[in-house]
Amino acid sequence: MKVSSKIYTALIFIFLFAPILILLVFSFNESKSLSVFSSFSLKWYEELLNDRSTLEAVKNTLILALSATIISTVMGTAAAFGIYRIRKEWQKMLLNTVTNIPMINPDIITGISMMLVFVFVGRMFRESTSLNFWTILIAHITFCLPYVIFQVLPKLQQMDGSLIEAAQDLGCPPFKTFFKVTLPEILPGIITGAIMAFTLSLDDFVISYFTSGNDFQTLPIRIYGMTKKTVTPKMYALATIIFFVTLSLLLLNNIIDNEDRDRVKQKNEKQA
Amino acid sequence: MKKIIELKNISKAFDGEGVLKNISLDIHDNEFITLLGPSGCGKTTLLRMIGGFEQPDEGDIMFLGERINDMPPHKRNVNTVFQKYALFPHLNVFENVAFPLRERKVPKAEIKEKVESMLNLVMLGSFAKRSVTSLSGGQQQRVAIARALINHPQVLLLDEPLGALDLKLRKDMQQELKKIQQSTGITFIFVTHDQEEALSMSDTIVVLNEGQIQQIGGPLDIYNEPKNAFVADFIGESNIIDGTMLENYRVSFSGHTFGCLDKGFADGESVDVVVRPEDVDIVPCEDGELSGVVTQVTFMGVHNEIIVDIGGFKWMIQTTDSVNVGQRIGISLEPDAIHIMKKSKYSGMFGDYSSYSNELDELADPGGDE
Amino acid sequence: MHKRILKKGGGGLALAPYSLWSVLFILVPLIFVAYYAFTDSNFRFTTENIVRFFTATSSIKEDDGSLREVHTYLVIFMRSLKLAVISTFICLIFGYPMAYIMARAKARTQKTLVTLIMIPMWMNFLIRTYAWMTILQDTGILNGMLSNFGLGPVHIIGTETAVIIGMVYDYFPYMILPIYSIMAKMDLKLLEAARDLGCNSFGVLRRVVFPLSLPGVISGITMVLIPSISTFYISQKLGNGKFFLIGDAIEGQYIANNLHFAAAIAFILMTILLVCMGLFKYITAKYVCGGE
Repeated sequence: MKVSSKIYTALIFIFLFAPILILLVFSFNESKSLSVFSSFSLKWYEELLNDRSTLEAVKNTLILALSATIISTVMGTAAAFGIYRIRKEWQKMLLNTVTNIPMINPDIITGISMMLVFVFVGRMFRESTSLNFWTILIAHITFCLPYVIFQVLPKLQQMDGSLIEAAQDLGCPPFKTFFKVTLPEILPGIITGAIMAFTLSLDDFVISYFTSGNDFQTLPIRIYGMTKKTVTPKMYALATIIFFVTLSLLLLNNIIDNEDRDRVKQKNEKQA
Repeated sequence: MKKIIELKNISKAFDGEGVLKNISLDIHDNEFITLLGPSGCGKTTLLRMIGGFEQPDEGDIMFLGERINDMPPHKRNVNTVFQKYALFPHLNVFENVAFPLRERKVPKAEIKEKVESMLNLVMLGSFAKRSVTSLSGGQQQRVAIARALINHPQVLLLDEPLGALDLKLRKDMQQELKKIQQSTGITFIFVTHDQEEALSMSDTIVVLNEGQIQQIGGPLDIYNEPKNAFVADFIGESNIIDGTMLENYRVSFSGHTFGCLDKGFADGESVDVVVRPEDVDIVPCEDGELSGVVTQVTFMGVHNEIIVDIGGFKWMIQTTDSVNVGQRIGISLEPDAIHIMKKSKYSGMFGDYSSYSNELDELADPGGDE
Repeated sequence: MHKRILKKGGGGLALAPYSLWSVLFILVPLIFVAYYAFTDSNFRFTTENIVRFFTATSSIKEDDGSLREVHTYLVIFMRSLKLAVISTFICLIFGYPMAYIMARAKARTQKTLVTLIMIPMWMNFLIRTYAWMTILQDTGILNGMLSNFGLGPVHIIGTETAVIIGMVYDYFPYMILPIYSIMAKMDLKLLEAARDLGCNSFGVLRRVVFPLSLPGVISGITMVLIPSISTFYISQKLGNGKFFLIGDAIEGQYIANNLHFAAAIAFILMTILLVCMGLFKYITAKYVCGGE
């Protein structure tokens, strides 16, 4: 890299990381000040750990993210397999377009649109509050699905189609073939998809905001509530923890991705 | 010999386009049979039908006298060596070969024993623990064969299995495949577009074109007695000349009457005359039955390949004599050098070397991309 | 031939749950947006909500203290558009060179840089925005630092500048990554060929790299523009609620339980975005990529 490129890169990364680093540093600040660091302390972390509703929100977020991930990964993988096996071009086009909608549409519209359906259905059954855990779960599954599908589908398309035939040729019934041959082949895509789904679900605020009721608060919604009022460094402590959790998830994903890429590379070299 | 597979009046179309048209074929026990033809002739489709990956639109596939049209692949006692091997990349060599045994829940000790002896048969005894992606093309090929043979199928289907190998390796594998076929006694159905490969390995060759069987026969029959211009041209090099059968054993072409060994045609019937390039004798101009001017000489190593213009028709002749471009030569044909075929729809399409060039020939051969 | 040989079909069962799901939770909700937008609270057909978006007025105070009548939602929409376009433009100007530098770096460096770019992206955007709030506040870190040098204080929070900073910061990685991934796949031989044919560095960039990277640029622009135009948190936190954006309008109507009007605004936003994106794609396809 040229010197000018290095300087430019450094400036960009300062811009990207300075705000996060400031949060990290000030989460250990003794005083409540946001501009002067007085002395090191863990008191904001302590306070965070004693904050019942935040901990409740963390638990909710994890339950929601896990459920949404499992369901969207299973359904998304099956859907990708189905799309892969579609014969008619127009059907494939249609499904691809529909699957793209939640990715392209602004979150606020995805959120509002689902909320309208939930409220409408709730009214039909004369429920007082129509938004609850189930509505937010449905919403999360919906916006996670495209990411899973678009991770798994390319893996299926890259797979040598004759592998499936080979397994059947060697005596494996079709249903079993999926588990013994197809699944191991596309597993890296499924895992990446699942990690993306999990992270997106953890991170989502806008869609959750419109589809969750008062009785089920996720962490981002809790953060929204906390930042509405006064600023406390407790938030910084929370941000720091989230930062390290995201970081480790991202690294994990990178490791899996790299291994997969090495494998594919090796395979291509052999074929060439 | 016992019939293993009978194909009865098989037809198949994809998107309204006929790929196989009324194919009937018997395949016998312990036979090495080759489906030979250019890309798109339907040979792979026919093979996939026997494997169970396609269903015929019309006709029946019989396996030991039983109709198996609708039997799924995993229930057929037939195994396939796929074009690009289709080895499972998530399993090592041992597990790839053991795959069908595990499917049948064979006891562990037996699996170990069987797989090891099979790997020894294909000379990969020490490769059991290797990842299949780390193997060379030839080694992957052997794994694919071992895997397909481990169940002792009655029939082994091979879909252009040597297409991806380089020339030297391909020659070795041809011999090895033949050896494996003889030692196991399994019927091999081999698909290729390479006529040399077909001639050197097969007991029976089925020449296919445009979804129809052109000829069935042993390598010698196919080469010496091609049924029509397509077969004559596709198998080896041929000069194919319009002729008239005067009576039994006498044929006239290029303005001369020759003796031949063929009979059974109507007197005066128009026929295609096949003369193989290596069967033409070059003689001094005045001694020849025909004569012409040499237009091209190509040195091929063992022999020269020359193109001679005889009355406007260009002949290819293979000779060890040395001749020069522009030289006028005479040619002489023995009766056994001449082969007579009935006129077919392929008449006039092949066997003239007017626009011949080696490179063009190679360019025109799409080679294995079916 | 290959397509034909691969035996397809038989995926219907695997596809059934997702097909049902996507109809119920992707398509039906979009229909509901239109349905709510064109009905009143008793679900009778009306265009009142849509008309209201275009005609509702309110008075704002000019700098000189006089009051001025404006079309409330049109002003809000134009403001959203303006801020989003400016932010997208800044992201593009600064992101493009970054993507180029990344794509030309060594393979290992590339991987590290991509990971580094992704880290802030995977942080919750509420926290990212919030971090800037604490930085830009009048008593925040920026002013604290400036005062150490005897400068400032500067008043940024609550201005359009602050909102733009927030948008650029939050969505910057979305601009870099698509451009980078296109550039990384670019065949280096093409650049060498251009040099060989007499282009200087800038010529290579202008005549080869840029045209080839356009698909990445387009998806980068889309990925920054759409969330910035529809955001509501950034404007509340960094604009101190003084700059109502279209997202704030939707959220406000939702909070006030005016679902039909919220749906109407969402419907209009969605339609405008759809038309713009279609137009944008058409224009770039027609004039920039040389036809077809």
